[in-house]
Amino acid sequence: MNLTLRIWRQKGPEDKGRMVTYPVDDVSPDMSFLEMLDVLNERLILAGEDPVAFDHDCREGICGMCGLMINGDAHGPQRGTTACQLHMRQFTDGETIDIEPWRASAFPVVKDLVVNRSAFDKIIAAGGYVTAPTGSAPEAHSTPVAKANADAAFESAACIGCGACVAACPNGSGMLFTAAKLTQLSLLPQGQPERYTRVIGMVDAHDEAGFGGCTNAGECTPACPKGIPLNTIGRLNRDYLAATAKGANNTPGS
Amino acid sequence: MAVTGILLALFLIAHMLGNLKVFTGETSFDHYAHWLRDIGKPLLPGVWFLWILRTVLVVAVVAHIVAATVLARRARAARPVKYAHRKKVNGSYAARTMRWGGVIILLFVIYHLLDLTTGTLNPVGDASKPYGNVVADFAPERWYVTLFYTLAILAVGFHLRHGAFSAFRSLGQQTPRGERRARTAALIFAVLLCAGYLVVPFAVLTGLVS
Repeated sequence: MNLTLRIWRQKGPEDKGRMVTYPVDDVSPDMSFLEMLDVLNERLILAGEDPVAFDHDCREGICGMCGLMINGDAHGPQRGTTACQLHMRQFTDGETIDIEPWRASAFPVVKDLVVNRSAFDKIIAAGGYVTAPTGSAPEAHSTPVAKANADAAFESAACIGCGACVAACPNGSGMLFTAAKLTQLSLLPQGQPERYTRVIGMVDAHDEAGFGGCTNAGECTPACPKGIPLNTIGRLNRDYLAATAKGANNTPGS
Repeated sequence: MAVTGILLALFLIAHMLGNLKVFTGETSFDHYAHWLRDIGKPLLPGVWFLWILRTVLVVAVVAHIVAATVLARRARAARPVKYAHRKKVNGSYAARTMRWGGVIILLFVIYHLLDLTTGTLNPVGDASKPYGNVVADFAPERWYVTLFYTLAILAVGFHLRHGAFSAFRSLGQQTPRGERRARTAALIFAVLLCAGYLVVPFAVLTGLVS
């Protein structure tokens, strides 16, 4: 396959940045999208140019490091797939592919396609944990959990924190991430003690980080490589309403 | 957004049911319209009830617009650099036209008040003859009024289709099954309300009401 890539190049956080066109020839349809970028980078290095910086780690679709806006789709055109698991057979010969970083003021560009997602860490630090010492993995069924709750909590726990929900959201909101990280705890017995302080703390941290507000537009779920359902945000809303009615503050454990 | 939106949607239901009284004839419709000014008598003097209702509605509209403006400003601040390539979004047409749709509805409401409440822009404009005002308003030669009215009502329909679902969600609708129900309910509500409002101008246009 022969492709034309238009890639966002930005030298550093202060640089203005621009789209640069690179022709890439002899791309195998069996390559992953990141392998295709590796090929481009090898050629750029041989030519003495600066290679394109992009985030990646496991390349198995579970670490959440990779994240590219490919032709306006977060993680590319294939649903439920991270950019590293996307294969070039999804594209046609001669196609022009636009590659951009996640666009959000809470995710400043570090270089080229690499963004700083520390804002997600701040949301987690504001309550996305349990203080009860849970020890090592307990005997199954030693703590009874209703099947429906276990399933919904597991669905949320699949979130890899890649930031595709923010990238796809027309409001630049990180509510799907926040809701997933909240629900994986709030539906389980271990998460109950801090249930209502957690929701206030995490939503406050989300807003302070500069994410937009959720308007239930529904763009996030189709972009999510793990398919976190939109109704997860409803669970967050219900806990938030209950927490504000209780007058909870955002101090964990209070 | 959700609470003020629900207040306004309740008013829209009552307003639509009132409009449908136009099919019961001139005397009955005029009587209904004059009764609206007298609700609450003799407990409340004169048109007090109407003014209380108007105050509640204005507060709801203003709060709705303030909340929408805050959300829109946050959205703009959250994405200072736009995408060079952005596909048409996955969400519904209704969801992505909420903001401009809301502005169009506001402009229509202002026109609508000048037309049928104050009578300034109405060809008859006689407060004592609401039936006559409506019939003159949607007369066939004033087709452009009917056209604008239809477009505005469709905008309200789209706004409600996403708005009603979104309100359920904001108030804690949290199961996948409930989501399907909420979306269906919002769609049916929007279609019924649109039909209820549009049947009046088209009845006048076709001479069914004259």
